[in-house]
Amino acid sequence: MQPYELTIHESAELLRDKKISSRELTQSVLDRINAVEDRVSSYITVDADAALACADKADARIAAGEAGPLTGIPAAIKDNICTKDVATTCASKMLENFVPPYDAFVSKRLKDAGAVLVGKANMDEFAMGSSTETSYFKKTRNPYNLDRVPGGSSGGSAAAVAADEAIFALGSDTGGSVRQPASFCSVVGLKPTYGLVSRYGLVAFASSLDQIGPITKDVTDCATVLNAIAGHDAMDSTSVKMDLPDYCSGLNAGVKGKHIGVPTSYLTGARDDVRKCVENAIAVYRSLGAEVEECDLSSTDYALPAYYIISSAEASSNLARFDGVKYGYRTENFDSLTELYCNTRAEGFGSEVKRRIMLGTYALSSGYYDAYYKKALQARTLIKRNFDEAFAKFDALLTPAYPTTAFSVGEKANNPVEMYAGDLCTVSVNIAGLPAIVLPGGFGTDGMPIGIQLIGNAFSEQTLLGTAYALEQNTDAHTVRPTL
Amino acid sequence: MNYEPVIGLEFHAELSTDTKIYCSCKNEFGQEVNTSCCPVCTGMPGTLPVLNKKVVDYAIKAGLALNCSITRRSKQDRKNYFYPDLPKAYQVSQFDLPLCTDGWVEIEVDGVKKRIGITRIHIEEDAGKLIHAPLGNASLVDFNRCGVPLIEIVSEPDLRSAKEARAYMETLKTILSYIGVSDCKMEEGSLRCDINVSLRPEGQDEFGTRTEMKNVSTFSGGERAIEYEIARQTEILNAGGTIDQETRRWDDVKGENVLLRSKEEAHDYRYFPEPDLMPIVVDEEWIQSIRAELPELPGVKKARYLAEYGITDYEAGLIVDNKEMAHFYEECIALGANPKTVANWVLGDISRFLKDAEMSFGQIPFGADRLCALIKEIDGGAISGTAGKKVLSAMFETAKTPAELIEELGLKQISDTSALEALVEQVIAANPQSLDDYKNGKTRALGFLVGQCMKESRGKGNPQVINQLVLQRLEAYKNA
Repeated sequence: MQPYELTIHESAELLRDKKISSRELTQSVLDRINAVEDRVSSYITVDADAALACADKADARIAAGEAGPLTGIPAAIKDNICTKDVATTCASKMLENFVPPYDAFVSKRLKDAGAVLVGKANMDEFAMGSSTETSYFKKTRNPYNLDRVPGGSSGGSAAAVAADEAIFALGSDTGGSVRQPASFCSVVGLKPTYGLVSRYGLVAFASSLDQIGPITKDVTDCATVLNAIAGHDAMDSTSVKMDLPDYCSGLNAGVKGKHIGVPTSYLTGARDDVRKCVENAIAVYRSLGAEVEECDLSSTDYALPAYYIISSAEASSNLARFDGVKYGYRTENFDSLTELYCNTRAEGFGSEVKRRIMLGTYALSSGYYDAYYKKALQARTLIKRNFDEAFAKFDALLTPAYPTTAFSVGEKANNPVEMYAGDLCTVSVNIAGLPAIVLPGGFGTDGMPIGIQLIGNAFSEQTLLGTAYALEQNTDAHTVRPTL
Repeated sequence: MNYEPVIGLEFHAELSTDTKIYCSCKNEFGQEVNTSCCPVCTGMPGTLPVLNKKVVDYAIKAGLALNCSITRRSKQDRKNYFYPDLPKAYQVSQFDLPLCTDGWVEIEVDGVKKRIGITRIHIEEDAGKLIHAPLGNASLVDFNRCGVPLIEIVSEPDLRSAKEARAYMETLKTILSYIGVSDCKMEEGSLRCDINVSLRPEGQDEFGTRTEMKNVSTFSGGERAIEYEIARQTEILNAGGTIDQETRRWDDVKGENVLLRSKEEAHDYRYFPEPDLMPIVVDEEWIQSIRAELPELPGVKKARYLAEYGITDYEAGLIVDNKEMAHFYEECIALGANPKTVANWVLGDISRFLKDAEMSFGQIPFGADRLCALIKEIDGGAISGTAGKKVLSAMFETAKTPAELIEELGLKQISDTSALEALVEQVIAANPQSLDDYKNGKTRALGFLVGQCMKESRGKGNPQVINQLVLQRLEAYKNA
């Protein structure tokens, strides 16, 4: 076994026992990147020298006996999360040269924990997409089949972890952007409860939906990373102030007596092999003593349109600051202020980003606000209420993460509506601000990974992780690695 | 036809909090360009706002001082538009749930009092400032003002003349400065007004079409801008034309306004709730704690001065309009000084000295106790009123007490009759003609002789005592 294949908890043990150094581990990951990156294309930026320097510091810390669970562990950070003095591009021409003079809260937390930043992961431009095809720089490939997409928008993060180009990664999830690529790449992805992880330094897509979450090789690692990044941040007004548990401590709680609901509406559009995976998971849970029953979550029918209105509306405002005045791309062709704005934005943004900005601008426009944005907020209230009712009865909800396995590169690139429709299983979670985890659930008839999603009540991450861990420990999908 | 103007005002005032509204940058005017800003107030990618609670405190305070209801659960909204001084391309403001609503303020014009309705007060962030063409055809941006907290006070269309509008602006300024939420320094741009003007035929209830005027930043400018707009609209209406609903820009130097944008060109700001900020929830306890901090407001104070101090309405008005003067004035009275005498000093010589030195009342270099001591010296006859002015002048220069200055400047008055009797005798002897005149009934001679005595005493003789002595001697000669 190569060091790059290790999980966080396996590496941490070897590091602690001095069986491997962080430099060796980091070098192993860098070698792996050298070997497979030209095929997978997970990264926008890799800084090997900085990573090794960071690894040496981690080794000193380990030697001094001051190591934490993430000290010395090589990680990838999605390129919409600010990293001080390291380019943060959002996979856009607009921010190609943007180097933030500050760290995101989570970047700072990872640095403080001693994690080694290997590079910045590719993504859909400004996190808008489900395939990582809208990146200005490159298309990331699915490590299980290079003709397939890795999902998105955190496709670079998920592919990097699946291809062993990082031990773990951070992604961001606005409508499924951590979970759907986790499903496509057979890794674990968690979207925490809105407010659990600070958004400070995450370049905003849709502020009321965005959350940063871990992408890891197993559930234990997911809990470990969540421990590092969760917690109150005075710089984010939406960050909650509460006592948090040790997310690693409840993994073995088991599911005996737990109530798990299966919303039927999430299964109707699912492909047969996906449905079969869900049924397998249900069977495992039943065998472990959980009570599983179907339930109704019909308001989520509104989730998709509500999601695309709310997220696009917020995006149209959030992305207005990229105007060529202060940082980022500026057109060379302008004779007036209006031309500076128009040409900068016409040249700097890709077509998917422009589509969302136009959608959102329209939805917020005078005369249309009530019909679109206001209606979407009403649908949001309804969806939240529907989830509240479900969680009065269930400890967790079990659904597919995506109706199919990973699609082919280019397959949906020119059909945005079809692309959006795939987000059916994931968006309602963001609309309701709930936590959800996706973990490997098996493989489809095409040999591609299928993810199982577990949705929990607000701030029930500990329960959710325990429920996911029970499934992981009683199935073997997570042990299958891609061959590259 | 005679038209009645209908005027409403949007009054923007910068709040004098220590830090900005959404970050910890200093809220200070006059800093070097782009030094008082950070990633948050310059809207760098990924940064987030955190509301400064003091801004809410100050806005509630303004709301209470202007008799408003305080909204228990209000929110902040984004107002979207592109401009280089607005780095996020949206201004965080309040749209449909402002912090304060339904208030009023009393103004006074030519002795007539009138209540002006306040529709709403909301909080918002200021934008930066453009510096045009310092380098060829480029414009530069100074972000220091980005995120400076503002309140916008929107009046009902209750004002009926430029004079009323000016009185309204001045009253707001006085109140805001009294409660310590804004210094309303126009020269620092901390006060700006948008003015809505429409005309309607006298006697008509319905409002006419209004125009909005921007770029008014002084009271006198506001008054002139309204007069100009009334004249402009009157001329159009009298010529049979109609008023277009449009936004116009006041040019204070040229004394005219020009079209900024028509109704068709009006911005669609696409307001929506700011998702990065939580609702502002205000409970009764919070409101009460701010209410308890409210000082005596200018209207109440003026009424009290008139009732308690016996000064004129004009004097009371002048003193009350200047918070610092009023404070100084009341300190003097608390020390036992005569209200009328103190009013004369603060409105007269002290104001003159301050004006000459380009100082505000808050910068006065001596305390109320010193002025009281000076007044005591004059009242007690130790120095003359004229000498008192010399002492006051010196008090602006040094930290010495009036007593020390009187001594140092040799201004002590001679009131001792025995010391002055010889002098009076001497002066009368030296002016036999005046004595004769007096004997012949020309009483003017008395004044001349007193003046000569004052001159002879080099101004130190107590004029009352000298007057008394000269009169006694002259009468004695006359009756001899």
